[in-house]
Amino acid sequence: MSAASSPQMSATEIAAGVRSGRLKAVDVLEQHLARITANESDVHAFNLVLADEARSAAAAVDAAVAAGTDPGPLAGVPLALKDNMCTHGIATTCSSKILEGWKPPYDATVVTRLAAAGAVTVGKTNLDEFAMGSSTENSAFGPTRNPHDLGRVPGGSSGGSAAAVAAGFASVSLGSDTGGSIRQPAALCGVVGVKPTYGYVSRYGLVAFASSLDQIGPFTNTVEDAALLLDVIGGHDPMDSTSIPDPQPSLRDAITQGVEGLRVGRITDLPGGADADVDERLEAAFDALREAGATIVDVQVPAFGYGLTAYYLIAPSEASSNLARYDGVRYGLRVDSSDTNSMYSATRAAGFGEEVQRRIMLGTYALSAGYYDAYYGKALKVRRLIADDFDRAYQSADVLLTPTAPTVAFEFGSKTDNPLAMYLCDTYTIPTNLAGHPGMSVPFGTGQAGMPVGVQVLAGTLGEPTMFRAAAALERAMQQ
Amino acid sequence: MGVSERITAVDVVKVAKLARLDLSPDAIDRTTAQLAGMLEHFADIDALDLDAVQPMTQPYPLQNVFREDVIVAGLDRDEVLAAAPSAEDGRFRVPPIVGIDA
Repeated sequence: MSAASSPQMSATEIAAGVRSGRLKAVDVLEQHLARITANESDVHAFNLVLADEARSAAAAVDAAVAAGTDPGPLAGVPLALKDNMCTHGIATTCSSKILEGWKPPYDATVVTRLAAAGAVTVGKTNLDEFAMGSSTENSAFGPTRNPHDLGRVPGGSSGGSAAAVAAGFASVSLGSDTGGSIRQPAALCGVVGVKPTYGYVSRYGLVAFASSLDQIGPFTNTVEDAALLLDVIGGHDPMDSTSIPDPQPSLRDAITQGVEGLRVGRITDLPGGADADVDERLEAAFDALREAGATIVDVQVPAFGYGLTAYYLIAPSEASSNLARYDGVRYGLRVDSSDTNSMYSATRAAGFGEEVQRRIMLGTYALSAGYYDAYYGKALKVRRLIADDFDRAYQSADVLLTPTAPTVAFEFGSKTDNPLAMYLCDTYTIPTNLAGHPGMSVPFGTGQAGMPVGVQVLAGTLGEPTMFRAAAALERAMQQ
Repeated sequence: MGVSERITAVDVVKVAKLARLDLSPDAIDRTTAQLAGMLEHFADIDALDLDAVQPMTQPYPLQNVFREDVIVAGLDRDEVLAAAPSAEDGRFRVPPIVGIDA
């Protein structure tokens, strides 16, 4: 059974229509709310639907247009937010019992920027608890289902945001990507998903998982929509000390350029393990870019295959530190006890799900006295090797092409008993996060059982304009 | 020491205490087995010669990130405290920290 919805209009077209007065934001919104009413009970993309708030916001956009004021570049675009982005006075749960009912006292910077650009937030989307997972099965509030086949996972951790766009519940959405959590669900749900360069988008108000890896990025139906969204949410923010201060060129300008002369790298020592249908689509993507005028070059990234190990030592280490704040004192759940230490331990055991506890344990172990050098310290060195290898590869290639995920969307429960098997879903996405580079998944046809396959385009630090040029060429090839 | 050294239930109990997680005996056993399996996989990096490699802690090194030294509004105290499980007189309220048998 399918709940997938082909969009009648891109976000770019919605915004243009609303700004010109040809379209009403309230009408656009009602079309999306109608699909939520019809299919959300099957898909479960949302932790919270904000229908009333969205209707008010859409009416305000229409009123602005009627008064001759430009509501902004995302005027009337229905948007869904991953439920790990703070919304002032609106519940933000990270799909965890430990934060259930918490209403943040401030907005994330991305939320402020999107509202100022005229976007209309329709809801907060489901995720693997604290963004830890690759299937959205780790949510405390139940899994999200893939709109293309309700018996399969949408990927994760931003599964709700990917599903919301694929099901037509929202025109665009935001996710966060620490090791593939935007790109992998984008691939599995057949939409565009972008993880920008570390520091490209402000993390202020994004609930922290692994601070040196986390980045916010968009899910969209088109490459142009992703460029539009990133042009709005990107740029320096003094509230995030890791935010890159340099000005960012418009990505919407970049996508109009072709790929003539672009050097597209094939990683010859890429770890194997991708299914044949996925490899077939990757080959088709190389062919498409070659036909569009690009040159295919061979490159090596020898440390690529060590990314999984480095990531699963570094990310849990950072998480074990970041998640220390959930102690039953300042927000969320408290399990009462006679003293603070037993209150902390009881609260955290009751509030965190199994995967979150597992990663906290792994990270605490990797950082503990006697093991720090052998685990965390060594992983940081492997991280350097990976970044250096990529830098060498980018001397001879402008972008690299890999599969986004090794398989199409899998069935529920097929990896839940084996954490390591689940972690292997992120083999191709993780090294980018370690290096801090941008990466994006572009839908490129279908594989087994007619399920979507994504191709991943990678670029070096701040290589977004080039990455978007290649992504746009792949999209054009699919439309031909 | 290599990454491949085997983790034991004794280690897991100690780590759970450090992580402030009240794990049941079942959870201790399960976690021990799962962490052991992961660490076995993670031993792949033991094959690398990393002696001369500098650790990388963040991907885009910015240094001395300061703002102008001017007072700006912070979060509203009452709003912040309203989200706490327990508050009293403008403060977070917690169970006793001192004067108990540790």
